[in-house]
Amino acid sequence: MEIINFFNKLLRKIVPHGSGAKLVIIGFSIVILIIFIAIFAPFLTSYSPTKSVGLSLQPPSLKHLMGTNRLGYDMFSRIVYGARTILIVVILSTIISLSIGLPLGLLSGYYGGIIDRILSIIMDSIYAFPGLILAIAVAAVIGPGVINTALAIAIVYVPTYYRMARGQTFSIREQLYIEAMKAIGAKDRTIMIKHILPNLLPTMTIVFSLSVADTILTEASLSFLGLGVTAPTPDWGYDLRAGKEFLPAGYWWLITFPGLFIILLTIGFSFIGEGLNEILNPRMKVRP
Amino acid sequence: MVSLRIYIATRALLTIPTIIILLTIVFAIMRILPGDPVTAIVGMKAPPEQIQELKKELGLIDEFGKPIPLYIQYLNYFSGIIKGDFGKSLIWGKRPVIIEILEHFPATIELSIMGFIVSLLIGLISGVYSAHKYSSWMDSTIRIYGIISYALFIPWIGMLFQMFFGVQLKILPVAGRIDPGMEPQQITGLFLLDSIITSNWPSFISSLKHLILPSITLGIVLSGIFTRLTRGAMLEVLSQDFIIAAKARGLPNRKILLHALKNAFIPILTMMGLQFALLLTGAILTETTFSWPGIGTFLMERINYRDYTTVQGTVVFFAIIISLVSLIVDLIYAYIDPRIRY
Repeated sequence: MEIINFFNKLLRKIVPHGSGAKLVIIGFSIVILIIFIAIFAPFLTSYSPTKSVGLSLQPPSLKHLMGTNRLGYDMFSRIVYGARTILIVVILSTIISLSIGLPLGLLSGYYGGIIDRILSIIMDSIYAFPGLILAIAVAAVIGPGVINTALAIAIVYVPTYYRMARGQTFSIREQLYIEAMKAIGAKDRTIMIKHILPNLLPTMTIVFSLSVADTILTEASLSFLGLGVTAPTPDWGYDLRAGKEFLPAGYWWLITFPGLFIILLTIGFSFIGEGLNEILNPRMKVRP
Repeated sequence: MVSLRIYIATRALLTIPTIIILLTIVFAIMRILPGDPVTAIVGMKAPPEQIQELKKELGLIDEFGKPIPLYIQYLNYFSGIIKGDFGKSLIWGKRPVIIEILEHFPATIELSIMGFIVSLLIGLISGVYSAHKYSSWMDSTIRIYGIISYALFIPWIGMLFQMFFGVQLKILPVAGRIDPGMEPQQITGLFLLDSIITSNWPSFISSLKHLILPSITLGIVLSGIFTRLTRGAMLEVLSQDFIIAAKARGLPNRKILLHALKNAFIPILTMMGLQFALLLTGAILTETTFSWPGIGTFLMERINYRDYTTVQGTVVFFAIIISLVSLIVDLIYAYIDPRIRY
């Protein structure tokens, strides 16, 4: 309790009000920490993540902070380098789905009409379908690997960005200043890029953080199911899968650490998303 | 009542394009995406006769060895599904895919129902309590739980449970649906229900024991959304006049909360239906973690054996089930809440 109170006071000093800001700060710290780990991986560990560096299946010790796995690989360096793998897959897939979903949503929302109808019904259908099952189907066909995993995940999140961009554009389009732009003869392209796109940013940041959190879980799930990134690439989901075999023997370190980091990274992005949501869309201000 | 009927008709009609689009997407994934199923199944060095045979089974060529054009394949695929023919498995006796799916489906249903109940219980209790203790440290803790619980990676939580309750304490089984040889007589395929119907108590206890860890795992991960929803809805209701009036009259807290919960229930109910897709995804991960012999384990097993027709059939089955469930859920809401119809 003392510790919680202490942190509460500390946070209240840094951020004067609002639990939203607190969430964003905690979330950012987690995410930045993991990005830092990924970038400076070679400085954090001297062991290679894909070479046997000791006896197999050793519990955590000073020499091997998180123990070793079946092949004698150092788990700590696999975790450290695994941060790179998951971040690369997540960044790649987000770039792909964003660069398909956002322009389509913008065009769809701006012009409306029959194209909008058709696109919407397709995107809504994909959106309604459980993402993981879709990703599993795609991954099963195109096979494992970093790029393929990113592709399989990207397909799932195209509708998320599409729907957000379309909905926002739809309401912005009706505003007076857009009408004014049109009246003075601005081109559609200029209006969309210079005047609508920037207004999508706040909502997009929220959607982005929340769907990145989801993307991380999907990546980890695919690897855990054996359809994502495979050996010997260090990957948290894959390591979790590999550790499952040794569960009856009680080798806890093989599963505890990879899972912990998956959750930590997900929580980081969720906190950012939830916090921003609270700051940008304050809904419940009335208290009983 | 006329508007309700019109609503039902339009909503049901809208399901058809959704299903067609989903099935087309599945077809596109299985046939058009790069990746050659034939060599993936039999390998590069397979004899030509074997390759011909397999292509025939996959519906890629006709009896005379001539390739079937893609659009005919597409039509065949559709007419098959309409007739309830999901193709035949490529391995182990080559049984119809739909029969194998239906054999594994009850296990998934049983797990999903139990997981759903657990998540609803956790969500309602923590949500009501959080709203009751608004702005206290318990409230903040529960709110954080509401965000974090979703991030709890199912296989991880599941394996920690397995390690603690199964390996360390040895009080609960870590895999399977029931102890071998204890299966109750098959009626519904839901072991709990079947053993109650046949008064087979040893089976009941065995299957309940096997259900505890998987359903709690699934339940915890899904509970966060109910926690947040219940808390939000309760806060809204608790600030209304009739609650203040009830407090003024000196009603005990427990009664006030129950009273409020009843009114907060519609938004919670609305969210329940939307949770179905999440429930299925969660069930797949839970099943693989606990070797639960449901449709998720089945799908993953067949992907490993490159049994493409079964994989395709299972995904199609998911697509149809999800569209139908969302249709049913929407109709139920329209019935409960007249505002939706207009």
